[in-house]
Amino acid sequence: MNGISVRTATLLALAVIILLAPVLFPSSFYYRVGALIFINGLAAMGLVVLVGYAGQVSLGHAGFSGIGAYACALGPVHLGLPPLVCVALGAAVSGLLAFLVGRPILRLKAHYLAVATLGLGILIYMVINNEGWLTGGPDGMTVPSLGVRSLLKGYGIKVTSSEMWYWISGVVLLAGAFVALNLHNSPAGRALRSLHDSEVAASTIGIDVARMKLTAFVISAVYASVAGSQVALMNRFVTPDVAGFMHSVELLTMTVLGGAASVLGAVVGATILTALPQVLTVFEDFEHVLLGLIMMLVMIFLREGLVPSLARRMRRSAP
Amino acid sequence: MTILEVEGLGIDFGGLTAVGGVSFGVGSGEIVSVIGPNGAGKTTLFNMISGIYRPSRGRIMLEGRDITGVASHKLAAMGMSRTFQNLMVFQQMTVLQNVMAGRHLTEGVHVLTDLLGLPGSWRRNRESEREAMRLLELVGLERGAWREASELSYGALKRLEIARALATQPKLLLLDEPAAGCNAVETQEIDGLISDIAGTGVSILLVEHDMKLVMKISGHVVVMDQGEKISEGRPEAVAHDPRVIEAYLGTEAEGAKEHASG
Repeated sequence: MNGISVRTATLLALAVIILLAPVLFPSSFYYRVGALIFINGLAAMGLVVLVGYAGQVSLGHAGFSGIGAYACALGPVHLGLPPLVCVALGAAVSGLLAFLVGRPILRLKAHYLAVATLGLGILIYMVINNEGWLTGGPDGMTVPSLGVRSLLKGYGIKVTSSEMWYWISGVVLLAGAFVALNLHNSPAGRALRSLHDSEVAASTIGIDVARMKLTAFVISAVYASVAGSQVALMNRFVTPDVAGFMHSVELLTMTVLGGAASVLGAVVGATILTALPQVLTVFEDFEHVLLGLIMMLVMIFLREGLVPSLARRMRRSAP
Repeated sequence: MTILEVEGLGIDFGGLTAVGGVSFGVGSGEIVSVIGPNGAGKTTLFNMISGIYRPSRGRIMLEGRDITGVASHKLAAMGMSRTFQNLMVFQQMTVLQNVMAGRHLTEGVHVLTDLLGLPGSWRRNRESEREAMRLLELVGLERGAWREASELSYGALKRLEIARALATQPKLLLLDEPAAGCNAVETQEIDGLISDIAGTGVSILLVEHDMKLVMKISGHVVVMDQGEKISEGRPEAVAHDPRVIEAYLGTEAEGAKEHASG
């Protein structure tokens, strides 16, 4: 299968899932879970570009989600900006911060890079948590509405907030997948992916390693930021936890679990890590134990992640 | 005309001299080989010329320009590319994509165009694909173009690296032991391939263990031992140089001495 058909097939599969999943929803609560999955999937897709394509690691990407979320909380109050502009502003600030911080940080390799990005994420979290006069501190703050629902009501269309966010986040996820898939087989994408296997070889064919790493870092920061903005606008409320270390780890786990270099894998990983805790509440105390066990088993037996490993098996069993 | 000029090039690692001070030149369209026993400093010399190590002393001139200490990705833009002794193929790409990656300099970096999948992105992809297929035909890998690079045999991977390096359209190609680990048939194929490439006007600097390959195709041979150049000249002259024979085989007297003391 060549690049074009993988791209089309992935986009089609995602579109069908987004369109048909509501048929199975017993209550409107599931629209909310669906929206959360799509939003997390978007952030994980950004990490596919950074981790899966370029082979760099980040333990602080929730920090960029935090910037995106608080841009939507602070922008309307302090700058009088409409929410949509705030999403763009958050993305721009995240991208700029990634650009400025990325240059010195991305010189580091493997676990040093992991610790440096971890520090960056914690720094953003601390600023949000401690500057209570601006951000409301640990109590969080309310976020103005996107205003789409009142607009729809004007046309006589009534939807619940969860339903509306299901469709918005679904469309944004599709757009994110489109961009990430375009990149995969493009000239810039090949340059990124060459870093994954050998930085030395990449440099001898003229690839500016530092510049391409920075590009991947900025792209993934923008993805995380837009995801954070969506969470804030959907919940109409935001707390510093959106930028917390645990959320960074969750995002990275979703990416690796689904298959670090797979766009579809990001959505599969997000689905498992978002939906499973809801299902596992039946087991109460054992919820985290079971989640940890599932992750360990996948990493031991399907090391490339769910989607690439299963795709390989299917290809092998096909005649 | 000289394309590469190396003058008194040397490097120390923590007080230990790996390469003392080596000088030689590569003429336009010429095949020059650097030979020597294990640990002679051949690959270290290569890493200095290709910008991976920063030399402690000496100068490297490419087409009259001083390129000492210039980063390797800039050297590629100036017309120098290389292959590696221990393969550095992009394992997660197909064979074709590996060679297409070598077209990075021609393609340029247009991130936004590529992210949005605009026509410019597709056009550059098509051009790169066409050129990459041509290079794969040149090295005889066109039939495996769509396979994962990790599925290829060792000899095929060596040829893939050559194709990827050629995709940068180099004036000077550095080949680090292209025949190492290859069987007799593969060695002969690579031998012919190197001559073909030189025939298109690309100058070649070769590090090689396989003396037969070196003697057959190179116009000029530089012999290194223990970080120093010990001989230089036409292949047949070098082969009969007593210092070269000593470096490779050891002298009888030395052998006897060792015997006596042991």
